[in-house]
Amino acid sequence: MLDLKTVETRHAAVRYLEGGSGEPLLYLHGAGGATPDDPLLAALAKTHHVYAPYLPGYGETEDCASLRNMLDYTLHTWDVAEALGLSDPILVGHSMGGMIAAEMAAVAPRDVTRLALIAPAGLWMDDHPIPDMFTLLPYELPKYLFHDVEAGAKLMTAGLKMDDPKFLQDYLVRNARQLGMAGKLLFPVPDRGLADRLYRIKARTVIVWGMSDRMIPPVYGPAFEAGIAGSRLVTVPEAGHMVIVEKPAAVAEAVASLH
Amino acid sequence: MKFTWFNLMPWPYLPDDFREKNRSVWVDIDQRLFDPVKSHEVYNTYMDLLEYADTLGFDGIGVNEHHQNGYGIMPSPNIIAAGLARRTKNAALVVLGNSIALYNPPVRVAEEFAMLDCISGGRLVAGFPVGTSMDTNYCYGQIPALTREKYAEAHDLIIRAWTERDPFAFNGRYNKLRHVNIWPRPIQQPHPPVHIPGGGSVETYDFCIDNTYSYSYLSFSGYLRAKFLMQGYWDRVAARNTPDASPYRAGFAQTICVADTDEEAERLYSEHVLYFYNRCLHVYPGFADAPGYRTIKTIQSGALSQYAPPRGSFAQLTWKDLVEGGHVIAGSPETVRHRMEDLIKGLNVGNIFCLMHVGNMPAEKCMYSSRLFAEKVMPKLRGLLPECEGDERFWCHPIAARATPGSLPQPYEPARVAETV
Repeated sequence: MLDLKTVETRHAAVRYLEGGSGEPLLYLHGAGGATPDDPLLAALAKTHHVYAPYLPGYGETEDCASLRNMLDYTLHTWDVAEALGLSDPILVGHSMGGMIAAEMAAVAPRDVTRLALIAPAGLWMDDHPIPDMFTLLPYELPKYLFHDVEAGAKLMTAGLKMDDPKFLQDYLVRNARQLGMAGKLLFPVPDRGLADRLYRIKARTVIVWGMSDRMIPPVYGPAFEAGIAGSRLVTVPEAGHMVIVEKPAAVAEAVASLH
Repeated sequence: MKFTWFNLMPWPYLPDDFREKNRSVWVDIDQRLFDPVKSHEVYNTYMDLLEYADTLGFDGIGVNEHHQNGYGIMPSPNIIAAGLARRTKNAALVVLGNSIALYNPPVRVAEEFAMLDCISGGRLVAGFPVGTSMDTNYCYGQIPALTREKYAEAHDLIIRAWTERDPFAFNGRYNKLRHVNIWPRPIQQPHPPVHIPGGGSVETYDFCIDNTYSYSYLSFSGYLRAKFLMQGYWDRVAARNTPDASPYRAGFAQTICVADTDEEAERLYSEHVLYFYNRCLHVYPGFADAPGYRTIKTIQSGALSQYAPPRGSFAQLTWKDLVEGGHVIAGSPETVRHRMEDLIKGLNVGNIFCLMHVGNMPAEKCMYSSRLFAEKVMPKLRGLLPECEGDERFWCHPIAARATPGSLPQPYEPARVAETV
């Protein structure tokens, strides 16, 4: 249902998924990336014209050395929106993508009127440290990402052939590309000063959090809610950080509330 | 050939059940295992051993930088080297090195290395490692994918600070400095020789070739496993039309234990070698290689982190495995000589970093092994690579008239403080 296409920006040839019909919606994926069979994208595409660009380094694209910091990523993503011809799309981001989306809305508050942040990164509370995802081994990830850890582990290891050296090398290369790019925003502490800029956001904003999120604990939800005037927090029971996979319909419903 | 006596400075009191009770010797190692009072003795013994190596005729004595690490209690090698500069006479001070991406601003390294060179009379060999992922990313918080760019900038800044005679402005991406003008500057001109510890990055090979720096492979896996990597380096040297393939373009670290006989070597040293491979190399794999730290090109070349443990981990290896596998070169002087010849010729390396202190080895054993190596092995290896002859580009050039520390004008009078009533 979603097609894979390419659009050029100053920094990179950006691959993106496009599909569905309805109001344009720009979706920014998290540090784990996105796939064409992503259940949330499918749900959103039922009622929206979805554009889901890959951050350089993701979706089999090259990493991008000229994107170094938060401002670079924020403006690059605005460049992508511009290149796609989008004007005031519904802006949706998950985790790292939520961090970028919030920054986009903060630097250009008049250009974003509807914003959905799904378990966004970007804030840090000393009393609620976020686990260091960069040190986690593949087998450790599911317990941080999923409410149903067993099902999540099955999902994450499907098709992984770690005993095959060629597969392992490709896996390491992909991991280095993706998380190398993510690290510029998230390593070693996923805070690049967003807390100081949240006040600028003018968009009608919905914040979505899985109640079993053990990557970015749900206590961060109220912190975003308090930082963005008029925002609304929607909590989703029996869902972890990958609420987009575990409860895609609930997330899509929250996004629909922005209409 | 240049032989550098090297001490990683391991903490010698890791408990027997260290592996079982701790996930890593590095980064998040239990603070409580370090005893500051005991460390007083440990540091002083380790520095004594480095000084002893100078008297044995080793060409260099070597120190390096690690952070939050149970097998390297030397976060600042410059502090150790400063002590050694005063208490040694001839050996090169091989600081291998300072992780230059970690210093803010890196002129600090240019200054401290200049001080070491001045105090030691031009005996400094300067090392510029990128630093392991554990040190650089996980302990010191550098963003993995930006580490190399920051490193390259720090290098350019240090070399300019060393070589330019007038103040200059430096407008880097990571360093903005309006008045770079280090005081003091090094004795050695145009600057001290530079060695770059690397772990198989193609970019590091080229960096060394382009700048006439020596490439050092500091591995704990021994020379047999290093052949693949070092061959990659020499192939690169050839492919880049480098004017020569001098063995001094490369260095290699090797654990070495010498005794009267092979059997005595096992009896004396196996406990300490196993302590190192079993407890000290117990690094949590999640710290081995932060994503983005290695370039895609390097990962594609198949060079994996040496800190990613071998299948079954280092802990499974016995003395026999370690010796036969070449992780450790141990035995009688004759056995060690043969294996060192294999190493030197096989890897074509002119700089040998001799890891003579291993794990929790007590001073007496370390002195015994070091002395046997210096007396019965080193002299027979010196002429092994004739290509080394006359190539002084990669070693220090001390001044002839060097000061004798502790020689104030005689007699010196003690202070006479008037007694208070």
